[in-house]
Amino acid sequence: MELLFENARLIDPASGLDEMGAVLVRNGRIAGIFLLKDGFSGEFTHLLPSQRFNLKGRWLVPGLIDMHVHLREPGEEYKETIATGTRAAAAGGFVAVACMPNTKPVNDDVTVTTFIRHKAAMEGSARVYPVACITKGQAGQALTEMGMLLEAGAIAFSDDGRPVKDSAVMRLAMEYARGFDALIISHAEELGLVADGVMNEGRMSQLLGLKGIPSVAEEIAVFRDIALAKYTGARLHIAHVSTKAAVELIRRAKAEGVGVTAETAPHYFTLTEEAVNGYNTNAKMNPPLRTEEDRQAVIEGLKDGTLDAIATDHAPHSSLEKEVEFDRAANGIIGLETAVSLSLELVRRHGMNPLQLIACLSWNPARILRVAGGSLRVNEPADLCVIDVDMPFEVTRENLFSKSCNTPFLGQRLTGRVVLTMKAGVVTHSLLN
Amino acid sequence: MNNRLSVKHILGVEQLTLEDIRLILDTAEALKEILDRPIKKVPPLRGCTVVTLFFEPSTRTRLSFELAAKRLSADTVSVSAATSSVLKGETLLDTVKNVEAMRPDILVVRHSSSGAPHFLARHLTGCSVINAGDGINQHPTQALLDLFTVRERLGRVKGLKIAILGDILHSRVAHSDIRIFKAMGAHVFVSGPASLLPIGLEALGACVTTKVEEALASADVVMLLRLQKERQGRSLIPSEREYANFFGLVQERCLNLASDAIFMHPGPINRGVELTSELADSQQSVILNQVTNGVAVRMAILSLLWADRS
Repeated sequence: MELLFENARLIDPASGLDEMGAVLVRNGRIAGIFLLKDGFSGEFTHLLPSQRFNLKGRWLVPGLIDMHVHLREPGEEYKETIATGTRAAAAGGFVAVACMPNTKPVNDDVTVTTFIRHKAAMEGSARVYPVACITKGQAGQALTEMGMLLEAGAIAFSDDGRPVKDSAVMRLAMEYARGFDALIISHAEELGLVADGVMNEGRMSQLLGLKGIPSVAEEIAVFRDIALAKYTGARLHIAHVSTKAAVELIRRAKAEGVGVTAETAPHYFTLTEEAVNGYNTNAKMNPPLRTEEDRQAVIEGLKDGTLDAIATDHAPHSSLEKEVEFDRAANGIIGLETAVSLSLELVRRHGMNPLQLIACLSWNPARILRVAGGSLRVNEPADLCVIDVDMPFEVTRENLFSKSCNTPFLGQRLTGRVVLTMKAGVVTHSLLN
Repeated sequence: MNNRLSVKHILGVEQLTLEDIRLILDTAEALKEILDRPIKKVPPLRGCTVVTLFFEPSTRTRLSFELAAKRLSADTVSVSAATSSVLKGETLLDTVKNVEAMRPDILVVRHSSSGAPHFLARHLTGCSVINAGDGINQHPTQALLDLFTVRERLGRVKGLKIAILGDILHSRVAHSDIRIFKAMGAHVFVSGPASLLPIGLEALGACVTTKVEEALASADVVMLLRLQKERQGRSLIPSEREYANFFGLVQERCLNLASDAIFMHPGPINRGVELTSELADSQQSVILNQVTNGVAVRMAILSLLWADRS
């Protein structure tokens, strides 16, 4: 079985390719990449019209990889399941996701990791890489069985929203993980300073009378974990960077050669604390939306490579968690299906190179997680994503595949949309006919 | 003259126009004499149902709203969170939608979560919501009665220096008072222990100082606030004694006040902490006038909201 994507703008950050051309897919793998500048002109006359996709200049990029999502299964299937979450991933252009361990029960045991892997293999529209807990029960005390979890398919370790408070435990985790060359992902917040805060501390928290979370809560935790990574030699990845100070710490650490990588989420480079106005619980997440100065620093961090990846922190919640008093509302927003539209703004408004943007969404997370994919290479599985950068995307309940619709972009019209996603030659999402 | 409010709900001071504020004050002034009549009841709210929903304890504010409603012949019902179905696991929204289904006209809500009245106002279609204090956010009717009291006593507001002292961090009264006095052209200074002066306070337009003397110099109004120990997760000051020593209003700190300066307090007062007993009971204290005026101002608010509805 052969398929040809022709008349495409091929963008492959792994090879630095950004050229018009075509990609031939055969038996689930990329069989050939043909560039217009090399004189390629339709020698595939044996193909049926149904096997040819004229992309009319749309972007053809490696299938995207989201290294930070919450799939809610097992335990909170009313919010999302592995089936619906990966279906949303496919709609967003993603062929693989790494899912955080705060399920019910938490993923601190081989049985849970194995369950997620099996369920994903049976029902998933995207590959699922489970992130297991650093400590049993996310309790911050005893290490999980990291070696066995890795064998069962865990991709990295994180205590997610309940960061390891005791620095000695974090040091131990990093030392032990280093023995397995495993990745530690840090949700970097100093919990004592977070206390009962519900939004960024500053002007807006004062205007709304809401308790604040100071940006130093992130800064201190990032500093600690970088110091520990430097000391132990562990591989450290900082999740969802939201502050200017954290960007600067990571930039300095990288310059010193510390083995640290970092991600941010589309909401941190799109929105500020102003979005909370009106007690909008769909603008409540952890870490919180920050100031314009932080937003600009995050964008700068993405552009200069300080921040390696764009991850969504897709966090589905139902109205039970969101249509309540702001104090009581759960943290988090969905993000898989709006990530590409929002990220394209970095190219349109902030002068980011498309190659670099696609790297943040595919090649870089693949390298951090050490998984296949993230590139366009002959003989590799055909993981592809087609993006129409001009197509409008109305974010409505009906247009979303996620089970939940807790997004501050609900009701908005965004620009740019994924029109086709292919995982190992199988179309997992398509708006093309 | 316009005699209609621009808003359907009273949620926060910033949502009121200057015309709204003046209208409420003028209406309160006209209604206040009813409180001194031998028969303290007039008919304008006949047929109006006012429900007070208090999810936090209150004596003064609740009594004030209930008396205001009764003086104007409204039917009043009070629901207290401690006895309500919140304890049975019902959400706030469901609780209030059930109340709304019984067709009240005005809901007076106090809640420990900032923004809870705004949340209810967004989801309710059939009734007006009055914020009687939400978390550490605002207490707009208190601000209106404070403004009324200053205007009544000093004859003007514009150009006055208002000093607000104490637990600004947790005081919804302060957050509303700063806004309303700024809007009316007064100069607002706030002071207290630095740990009780929240980051971002300047956004409200107040001059923030940790030097109490600077706030008190030539002040026309001194607004004292209670230390809200129940809202502090851990104590944010070393002790009440230390607080009284450095920040409490004592006679010696009053020497540089304006000659006709007044002392105010939203209550309940802790004698010997925020201010001395002598000052609380002095001629300059208008603390009990505030309480009386609270009824008049709430009568004004209820009648104006009702007039807009009917």
